Amino acid sequence: MNGYLGIDVGSVSTNLVVINSEGEVLEKIYLRTKGQPIDVVQRGLKELKQSLADDIEIKGVGTTGSGRNLTSVVVGADTVKNEITAHAVASSHIVPDVRTVLEIGGQDSKITILRNGIVVDFAMNTVCAAGTGSFLDQQAARLGIPIEDFGKMALKSKNKVRIAGRCSVFAESDMIHKQQMGHNLEDIIAGLCEALVRNYLNNVGQGKDILAPVVFQGGVAANEGIKEAFAEALETEIVVPEHHDVMGAIGAALLAKDKIVNDGEETSFKGWNVTEIEYTPSSFECEGCANLCEVIEIRMDGEIVSRWGHRCNKWDLAQ
Amino acid sequence: MKVTFPYMGTSNIVFKSIMEELGHEVVVKKPSKRTLSLGTEHAPEFACIPFKILLGTYLESLEEGADLIVTSGGRGPCRAGHYAQLQEKILHNLGYDFEMVVFEALTDSFKDFFSNIRKVAGSELSWWQIFKLIKKEWYRLMVLDDIERLTHKVRPRELKKGTTTNVFAEAQEIVAVAKTEEEIKKAKEKSFELLNDVPQDPNYEPLKIGIIGEIYVVLEPFANLELEKTLGEMGVEVDRSIYLTGWTKDHTFFVPKKDGVEEAAKPYLDQLVGGHGLDSVGNTVLYAQNGFDGVIQLAPFTCIPEIVAKSILPEVSKDWNIPFLTIFLDEKTGKAGVTTRLEAFVDLIAKKRDEARDRIS
Repeated sequence: MNGYLGIDVGSVSTNLVVINSEGEVLEKIYLRTKGQPIDVVQRGLKELKQSLADDIEIKGVGTTGSGRNLTSVVVGADTVKNEITAHAVASSHIVPDVRTVLEIGGQDSKITILRNGIVVDFAMNTVCAAGTGSFLDQQAARLGIPIEDFGKMALKSKNKVRIAGRCSVFAESDMIHKQQMGHNLEDIIAGLCEALVRNYLNNVGQGKDILAPVVFQGGVAANEGIKEAFAEALETEIVVPEHHDVMGAIGAALLAKDKIVNDGEETSFKGWNVTEIEYTPSSFECEGCANLCEVIEIRMDGEIVSRWGHRCNKWDLAQ
Repeated sequence: MKVTFPYMGTSNIVFKSIMEELGHEVVVKKPSKRTLSLGTEHAPEFACIPFKILLGTYLESLEEGADLIVTSGGRGPCRAGHYAQLQEKILHNLGYDFEMVVFEALTDSFKDFFSNIRKVAGSELSWWQIFKLIKKEWYRLMVLDDIERLTHKVRPRELKKGTTTNVFAEAQEIVAVAKTEEEIKKAKEKSFELLNDVPQDPNYEPLKIGIIGEIYVVLEPFANLELEKTLGEMGVEVDRSIYLTGWTKDHTFFVPKKDGVEEAAKPYLDQLVGGHGLDSVGNTVLYAQNGFDGVIQLAPFTCIPEIVAKSILPEVSKDWNIPFLTIFLDEKTGKAGVTTRLEAFVDLIAKKRDEARDRIS
């Protein structure tokens, strides 16, 4: 059976999925990137190979996320696409008439507006990570609550406390002050969810035409408190897809499938044994001019296979 | 004296030439990461990135012995109009000994404008000689702008990525060494020839994006993470709404010329909001009328005029069916985030163009 592999290497998590020719998810893996994109991709592939049925042959590979270029060098990708496009492709595949995609990940939050399956507008948080997964993680840890229970606790609240949501520093100090005043945890967490949603809609959602069906995805979509706060603010039902946490990877796999099927090409996938090869990234600052470019190079078993980050052609590899 | 001035795109070539002809020694500091560190260390935290970059280049120039800073002021309720005075204070407080000459608009004060020219030019040259020098260097500035406009057309069509950028660097050097107006003209012809000789795909139809926003981040590639080059190499033809020659004409010598920007902005914004806020709104309409596929707004983080424009743009975008993307720029030097947004935006407008063509055919 034919399978298509999608890899989404984000700032916080790295996700791998394999889909079949119909675009159904056969297997998915969700790992923490922990700042080591190459290692985690190799580890993910190893796990994936073990769990995947033997008769599945990988016919195409797509990468996305902030580590997409790096990963494509390591695994041999057929498509390398930004995560905004990948997410939109995945959501319109799963909810074909979707018109709004809310997406909150580890460090990014974005909104994508689609009409008839086509992206017509999008926005991404630009300068602040308030209201993203990392911040929720941090707060859950500070309060000693497992992140999985965070959303459920918010749902128990009967009397939300108002929390400042514009900046994560403001939000945290506001939460602490309200705690010190004696508000209970459920109400504070519900207030935080509401504040993050308010901030999201005011920041990335500003000026966007938010119409139903609304899909909510990304790691934070697992948080029922946030989902509920969105439903309340937008006065509409919020759809959280089953594989909401790996939508980028699904999109990447779908893009690879389309390319391979349309072009009738062979995949560039280097095979499962890439997990055995030693890839070592390193970087240096070029002092050739005032730009002081941070050049990154990847060595495969000691030999340089890719280099980027430089602005002139000084460090181009001879083809 | 040893002179320095704000570094902004290719204009440094012209200012350097003027100052050298006036008998000054010149320090030109291209912004770098060190510039950013110096600028952010000594600037107020909430100042915008152009302020910090310029303060940084001044500090670097003073370290190298500069004792005269020549810069421009500005009109309108954008704080950049007072940046020169604030920078002067900060630098003096740090103990540097230098003089600062700030050119305000000619229409603000005739007398100040000309006495400033005298201050920079010294007493030996006649007004006629000064006029001739300015005329020649103005021509050089126009030539540089024309060459840059051509690179925007060539880059998306180049067969080997990076060729245009290399040729552009070469062209700037050719224009820089030209001494007379005649030589500048020859340098322009030579540069055009070199650019047109870049191997290109003649049948390629690039998407077209108009660039709007605050002048410094639009003009200086270091501040906008080389947006024009990045887009060009993604195969997009860009058009910039602001060139220094255009700005100087509007703000210094003449009454604002009628180029339709104000008129176009009028249904949405009928008054100046400082900086380039009004231009951003008006130019978006003009780009839509001229068949552009999209508009990218570049704004320094916390820039009020561009924040005003940004909140108006969704309506303009809807009325004129032209997508726009706002990019706020600050201290970040990592390009990945901007590249992701640009890629997604280019995907979006490419799909939109395909759709429109399908409907027609």
